[in-house]
Amino acid sequence: MSIKKTSLNNLHIKHGAKLVEFAGYQMPIQYKDGIIQEHKYTRSHSGIFDVSHMGQLFISGGDDLTNDLEKIFPADLKKLKTNQSKYSFLMNNKGGIQDDLIITKTSDGFLIILNAACKYNDYEVIKSKLDNQYKLNLDDSLSLIALQGPEAKNVLNKVIPGCDSLKFMNGNNYVYKNEKVYITRSGYTGEDGFEISIKHNDVETFVESLIENGSKLIGLGARDTLRMEAGLCLYGNDLDNDTSPIEANLKWAIPKSRIETEFVGSEVLKNQFQSGVKKLRVGIKPDSKVIARGNTKIYNDKNQEIGKVTSGTFGPSVEHPIAMGYVDNSYSTVNTKIFLEVRGKKIPANICNLPFYKKNYVKGEINV
Amino acid sequence: MSEVKYSKEHEWIKLDGDEATIGITKHATEMLGDIVFAELPEKGSNVDKDGTAGVVESTKAASDVYSPVSGEVIDTNQMIVDDPSKINEDPEESAWFFKLKIKDKSEIDSLMSKEEYEKFAKETSA
Repeated sequence: MSIKKTSLNNLHIKHGAKLVEFAGYQMPIQYKDGIIQEHKYTRSHSGIFDVSHMGQLFISGGDDLTNDLEKIFPADLKKLKTNQSKYSFLMNNKGGIQDDLIITKTSDGFLIILNAACKYNDYEVIKSKLDNQYKLNLDDSLSLIALQGPEAKNVLNKVIPGCDSLKFMNGNNYVYKNEKVYITRSGYTGEDGFEISIKHNDVETFVESLIENGSKLIGLGARDTLRMEAGLCLYGNDLDNDTSPIEANLKWAIPKSRIETEFVGSEVLKNQFQSGVKKLRVGIKPDSKVIARGNTKIYNDKNQEIGKVTSGTFGPSVEHPIAMGYVDNSYSTVNTKIFLEVRGKKIPANICNLPFYKKNYVKGEINV
Repeated sequence: MSEVKYSKEHEWIKLDGDEATIGITKHATEMLGDIVFAELPEKGSNVDKDGTAGVVESTKAASDVYSPVSGEVIDTNQMIVDDPSKINEDPEESAWFFKLKIKDKSEIDSLMSKEEYEKFAKETSA
């Protein structure tokens, strides 16, 4: 399979991007400034992320669509208002996460934003679970741009006036160069921000106008350090087929109204709600400057293995190494002393609260 | 006049009689990106030619630092441990890693000159 390019490929190169393959796409890992500067610019001003590799799945048609989707996803879709979004999961029968995603109710159905590496499989799974009754469109005619940071609202408002009135986890249709764009207020950095779904033809001009208004292109490298500081999960690292939302400490994303109802994986989840889980995702702060990356083994003070790190890096804004991972539930309390095995040495660390970096979202949703 | 040689693992070594100062090249720092952690060998320890003598980590990944020659570590640069970003700023001067008392000077012969290294770096990063 040949490597795919997003519509911004030329612009990435023009801005000095180092390109890497990610989920079958050639994507920028960083630009000239480097990961730390890009990270800090997003936190202090605003950053533009090309996330066009992610899946944009539109589902429409039929009065029973909401009901049928609730048999798949553990979200309260009946209560969703048009243009409102929820974070949810596609699970397997064992309650393991096949993908984490954002569902938005649109005027004629739902839009689901899927992870790039999962999108084709998700499409097949969802289509088959819906018995081919509805119109599914994994739309490859659209780019997806995230604009994140405290200045995101001011920058975007200059290019597309009116979007600053959007509330967090809400979206709406806007017009850019006589074409419809769909904007949601959401993101993956711990900052206020937006995701803009826009036609391929218009995306380069659109991004250039964001740059003209003071924003900068940010690569996947800083996207990763930003989301880790914000305590957010990366599918494939922190979430996988053998991990449930309860184990991932994402219980908040399963509304109480859905716990007793049926959806894929509901039996396992219901059981975990009642009896608890064996492992739990936690924040980890090493005592020293040593960085513990994914797959680092975690030990207790008796040298027994109690879990492993799933993501770890140096947090440029918190100026300290940070990590998250799964530990035996009895070690998940904040301030529990643990040890990380890095290059043969046991590095002391503490279980800590997530996020490492405090969120700065615009309010409008209690469920965050 | 002290001589500088280069290894295929992107270390530089500045020779001064029986002693040598070792660091990583500018090219290496450009490949690594922002360096956020450095670990150095212990003073008084012995390192082998092509043996691990330290670690640097960028935001993305960890990389070993190798010693281009064998010898005893006689000094280490605490500055780069305290502020690893100095390695990106000045890799081939003030941000050196460690100093060695060289065990076998003939080991230097296999290392590259500046011109050879620049050619090697260009070819391997293409």
